[in-house]
Amino acid sequence: MMGATTPGGFLLVLAILLPVGGVLLSFVLGGRFAERVALAVTPLGLALALAIAAGVAHSGQPLVYAVGGHPPPLGIALRADGISAVMLVAAALIFAASGFYARAKFSTPPGVAESRAPLTFWIMLQAIWAALTIVFVSGDLFNLYVALELLTFAAVPLVCIDGRPETLAAALRYLLFALFGSICYLLGAALFFGAYGTLDIALLAQRVHPLPAVWAAAALMTAGLLAKTALFPLHLWLPPAHANAPAAASAVLSGLVVKGSFFLLLRLWFYVLPGLPAPAVGAVLGTLGSAAILFGSVLALRQARLKLLIAYSTIAQIGYLFLIFPLASGAHSWSADGWSGGVMQILAHAFAKAAMFLAAGLLAESLGHDQIAKLTGAARKMPLTFLTLGLGGLSLMGLPPSGGFAAKWLMLRASVASGQWLWALVILAGGLLAAGYVYRILAPALGDGAVALKAPPQRGREAVALSLALVAVALGFAPNSFFDFIEIGRPIVMGTP
Amino acid sequence: MNLLPIIDVGLALLVLGIATWTIAAREVFGAVVGYVVYGLLLSLVWVRLYAPDVALTEAAVGGGVTGVLLLTAGARLRSGGGKEAGEATGLPLRVVAAVLSLLVALGLAAVVLFLPEPPATLAPEARAGLAATGLGNPITAVLISYRSFDTMLEKIVLVLALTGVWSVAADGAWGRAPAPIGRMAPDGALTLLTQTLAPLGIVVGLHIFWVGADAPGGAFQGGALLAAMWMIVMMARLAEAPRIDARWLRLALIAGPAVFFLAGLAGVAWGDGFFSYPPGFAKPIILFIEAFMLLTIAVTLPMLVAGPPSKGAGR
Amino acid sequence: MTPAVLAGLVGAAVVGLGLYGLIVDPQPLRKLLAFNLIGSGVFLVFGIVARRGAAAGFEFDPVPQAMVITGIVVAFAASALAVALILRLSETSGGVSLDPAVWTKPDDKGEKGDGQ
Repeated sequence: MMGATTPGGFLLVLAILLPVGGVLLSFVLGGRFAERVALAVTPLGLALALAIAAGVAHSGQPLVYAVGGHPPPLGIALRADGISAVMLVAAALIFAASGFYARAKFSTPPGVAESRAPLTFWIMLQAIWAALTIVFVSGDLFNLYVALELLTFAAVPLVCIDGRPETLAAALRYLLFALFGSICYLLGAALFFGAYGTLDIALLAQRVHPLPAVWAAAALMTAGLLAKTALFPLHLWLPPAHANAPAAASAVLSGLVVKGSFFLLLRLWFYVLPGLPAPAVGAVLGTLGSAAILFGSVLALRQARLKLLIAYSTIAQIGYLFLIFPLASGAHSWSADGWSGGVMQILAHAFAKAAMFLAAGLLAESLGHDQIAKLTGAARKMPLTFLTLGLGGLSLMGLPPSGGFAAKWLMLRASVASGQWLWALVILAGGLLAAGYVYRILAPALGDGAVALKAPPQRGREAVALSLALVAVALGFAPNSFFDFIEIGRPIVMGTP
Repeated sequence: MNLLPIIDVGLALLVLGIATWTIAAREVFGAVVGYVVYGLLLSLVWVRLYAPDVALTEAAVGGGVTGVLLLTAGARLRSGGGKEAGEATGLPLRVVAAVLSLLVALGLAAVVLFLPEPPATLAPEARAGLAATGLGNPITAVLISYRSFDTMLEKIVLVLALTGVWSVAADGAWGRAPAPIGRMAPDGALTLLTQTLAPLGIVVGLHIFWVGADAPGGAFQGGALLAAMWMIVMMARLAEAPRIDARWLRLALIAGPAVFFLAGLAGVAWGDGFFSYPPGFAKPIILFIEAFMLLTIAVTLPMLVAGPPSKGAGR
Repeated sequence: MTPAVLAGLVGAAVVGLGLYGLIVDPQPLRKLLAFNLIGSGVFLVFGIVARRGAAAGFEFDPVPQAMVITGIVVAFAASALAVALILRLSETSGGVSLDPAVWTKPDDKGEKGDGQ
């Protein structure tokens, strides 16, 4: 039976309860205990994520858990398949890196029992982790709504954690966009329940057929999730929010949080609705994605500040994600390539962008500003930081060897094989534009010039940022078994779990 | 009876009228008052929909506590001297917005009218599982048994929201108490009203929580009423808002989710896996969890309204 | 036309009204009110779904009603967070504006507060 618990399914509940317990402990103990709890949770979370991945790989089937002994439709089922597992592991690694990086900036000062910014940071970090874990493993649309709200409430205060009016305004705009998205999503869920009496993803997939209520629900949920994923033209909130947040927060926001709502779009269209005849959806989402790639890259080229450039680059790279819809739908010979390319893009961008934000943070701390025009010769003084920016940029451009190259190569192959040449052109144009803005960052830094460092960057934090960039590069060497792994659990044909 | 449709139609027209007033009112104060009235009327609509639990929650939380939140916000904005910037919207945007809203409303109405028949429902499954929980109120069963995972996570969402509200405080104000709600020197009438009403409200709130196992009610509704009582006590200056670093406050705020969390873990030992209950002993455990949820809700809602800690708050 | 269907139509109308208010009013506090209105309309749609699900001796399907209760509490928490941001923004800058032009300067030097 589909909602039945499989061996190893309990790991899913543990993976969620770990950061949740961390949030509760951090809140009640307060002070510097919050940081210690967060750092203790990190290796345990990584271990659980790896255990789940091992479980899925070993059985070749998704891990399932019916919470409370009540299987769907009445209860909630958690379901971890191939993409859930890789996202869990990627998230654990990025959280570990951001947490280690943030210790220098968000430690409670000595002599003070509790301080505002550190307590907020460590609680919100664990809460984002909890919310994303639920997003990746939950199989119930209302449970996912609660997870989305948790994600929003945890991400918004991180944007304005330093209290400047610009960050408060950016946080408020982010909150309003996110609330708009949640309400659309909730209305869609109401209509799904009205039509089929359940919100379980697997059960809905079996029952779905073309009804006005289903079309409306699909449209509403998609619109809501697009707002949360900042796809063009609903991207206005992202650049100020991500650029003005502290570096460790930006890494998590750009690397993981926007991927959460995108992950739900994948669940919606590839898991709940594959039985719906909707070829136009791929075209529409692909077009919006292409617009995001071009628009975001051009805007990135025009930015004066490094962090804003990186934030606009996020908007462009999110556009690539939406090419998965025209390229991976259906049971064609190229769909597996499209799917692999899309998932690889999620992972490669997550690591590369997180690395670049951490490096930009180090740069801003050492130089006192993040103005690109004044970076002349900085690479000489901060070689590791610029190596990180360079490797991250390599992945964003899609040059080998890197995860970004693997992703774009797979998507190119899929678009050529399916005869959808337009996407191939867009991918290539996007790569050129990305090269343009990466060159903008690196060229003056590698040139001649002297730049005064306020303080040398700490080696440990540089190493952490560099390691994330190295993972982005290493993804380019992913073996075939990796691509088979991310196919586990994906419904290829109508109704197949 | 032919009277009933008239009540429903009248209610519907009133609700729509008040909703329009809320959007169209010129001043924030008028709009918020309209929203509170709207919330109360809406709870009558919920009663007509055979949803007394939801009606209680809408009246208490949706209309009442949200109303206090927004009124306090409006008052603080005015007293802070800040002006809300933004030029008046031009006519073209209004027309576009009106057309868009009309289309959305019509589309939604059409979809709602033509939901598939026969209606899909989980009532039979809910009925079937009710005996094992020992509860009489199916909504409590859904919240604390069938979909308890959602409810526990929602309590975490409340803790998160409160941390977020606290986090916008100034650095120097951290650890203090929030600014007082309402005026500095309340008049005798408010004090008298509070002294009479609060004990009564507390008893009613506890009663609503207790009967929620078998009749409409429960921790959310009872907790919201207790929260309202604490709020008027604070507004009448009979008690002050606590410091946010007070240990008892932190414990009270996480008591609900923490007990739920631990009970969920214990489900492996005494039941059928995480978040399950031992057969035959479910009701006492459920009431135990709900009691702590009651405490947390009663403490969290007023703290959310009170806002971030403030430098000017005395201690 | 049963009371439930009427309630569903009211819900649809309220969603439309709220959407209009959301688009048209520039003040964040009014937008928040509009959001709450839209939310209550969405809950009414859940309500008609619940009423239609009367079966097995119940006058309603309890699952959607439980979802509404959860939703009302979450919506309140969202309002509280938004209010805190609005008030703080007003305190620190004397005005509340979501218009990006108020906050960004064309050649933002990025020098303040970037020690991160």
